[in-house]
Amino acid sequence: MKIPTDRKYLATHEWFKPEGDLLVVGISQFAADELTDITFVDLPAVGTKVQAGKAFGEIESVKATAELISAVSGAVAEINAALADAPELVNGDPFHKAWMVKIKPGDRSGLDALMDAAAYESHCAAGAH
Amino acid sequence: MLQTPLHDFHVSLGAKMVDFAGWHMPVYYRGITEEHVHTRTNASLFDVSHMGRIRFDGPDVQALLQHVCTRNLKDTAVGQSKYAHVCREDGGILDDVIVSRHAGHWVMVCNASNREKILAWLHRHSAGRKTDILDQTLDTAMFAVQGPAAVSLVESRFGVPVGSLKRYWFVEGSVLGMDYCIYRSGYTGEDGVEAIVPAAAVAMILPYLVSDGGASGECRPAGLGARDTLRMEAAMPLYGHELTEDVDTLSAGQGWCVDLSVDFVGAAAMRAIKAVGLRKKLVGLELEGKRIARQGYPIVRDGAPVGTITSGTMSLTLDKSIAMGFLATEWTEPGTHVSIDLGRKEAPARVVPLPFYRRAK
Repeated sequence: MKIPTDRKYLATHEWFKPEGDLLVVGISQFAADELTDITFVDLPAVGTKVQAGKAFGEIESVKATAELISAVSGAVAEINAALADAPELVNGDPFHKAWMVKIKPGDRSGLDALMDAAAYESHCAAGAH
Repeated sequence: MLQTPLHDFHVSLGAKMVDFAGWHMPVYYRGITEEHVHTRTNASLFDVSHMGRIRFDGPDVQALLQHVCTRNLKDTAVGQSKYAHVCREDGGILDDVIVSRHAGHWVMVCNASNREKILAWLHRHSAGRKTDILDQTLDTAMFAVQGPAAVSLVESRFGVPVGSLKRYWFVEGSVLGMDYCIYRSGYTGEDGVEAIVPAAAVAMILPYLVSDGGASGECRPAGLGARDTLRMEAAMPLYGHELTEDVDTLSAGQGWCVDLSVDFVGAAAMRAIKAVGLRKKLVGLELEGKRIARQGYPIVRDGAPVGTITSGTMSLTLDKSIAMGFLATEWTEPGTHVSIDLGRKEAPARVVPLPFYRRAK
């Protein structure tokens, strides 16, 4: 599995990629494969406040529901509107086209605790869910 | 973890494997949606070898099976199968099974997760009866071919006339010393068959069904994921979801497989439950929106809990969020509006008749 090295990862399989003063957030291929076919991504409205360690949205697949957790506190600056009509993009291209939200962080300290690609790969290999 | 005789086949096709009831099983090969749709439009091969297969011999077999099964087995003909529940004295469901009458013996197919429990239960109730109980699960393989093309496919590839079989009847035979048994049954809401063959023979049979790695043929492999979404559309109950030890067969909406005129373990309790009237019923629900009701989510009405979800998914055939659940009897009329508690949100839902999907005959 190819895991991008230009971003960091939570143990709960969200990725966080800096883009200017924003953080782009999505889920990993491992998570998408585990969830199976994704049918709906429930995202917050632009402007919604998010809290580090708390859920800001939910993903539905034919098999399971998963929460989307933020690593930082801040506000939602943008959401990926393409996912509303094409949630299957998350299965096909979770690291790029199927980004979920862009967060304007109030404080980036939550990022320090995240895993880099190598650590995240070991985490997945250990069968973590 | 246990492996079925088809394990290497799954792995060679790159299936996503999971632990299911102690077995290493494929959840999907190409994707649940594609496998689901292919089953509804063509035919799919499912490995169901994880399910328990128990053989019964001896003069008292029918008496034993009638003692533990909810169904009246008296008129079961040779070549006929019957779906039934095995229940505790209080009516709680221990398992749902299919029993089949052969010329000189019977076979029971039970759920993988309940095999040890059911074997223990059978041994306990066979005390004093002349029966031999043999667990054949590891010596045999079982697969299903399901879909509108399934029956003609099995007939043309194997030359066995299954098209003339009625549903829940079976045909058995032997080819090159290999015993097979083919049942007109399944768990998808489509026409099709389920077959039991020797474990050592199944690898030889597969190329007749699935060609080209299964990616482009008429019959393609499908995993447990599609099996679950297919059975949900057809409103077929699943042990551990709609059926548990905490519910009796009548309340689980499966009264059609109960004959209270015969005596079986749990019959007295069910007669009492029937006399008082059912306090809850299994219903179908359609949710507004795209959220999905999962097992255990509360069903609420005017802010008060009135039931619990047992299964839910996005119906790939209907493109609707569907669920089944137990609901207090007073709210079970189709059209009744309820809400599903999703945790941070609620989704409006209404009661609908089951099944969600019925195939064109």
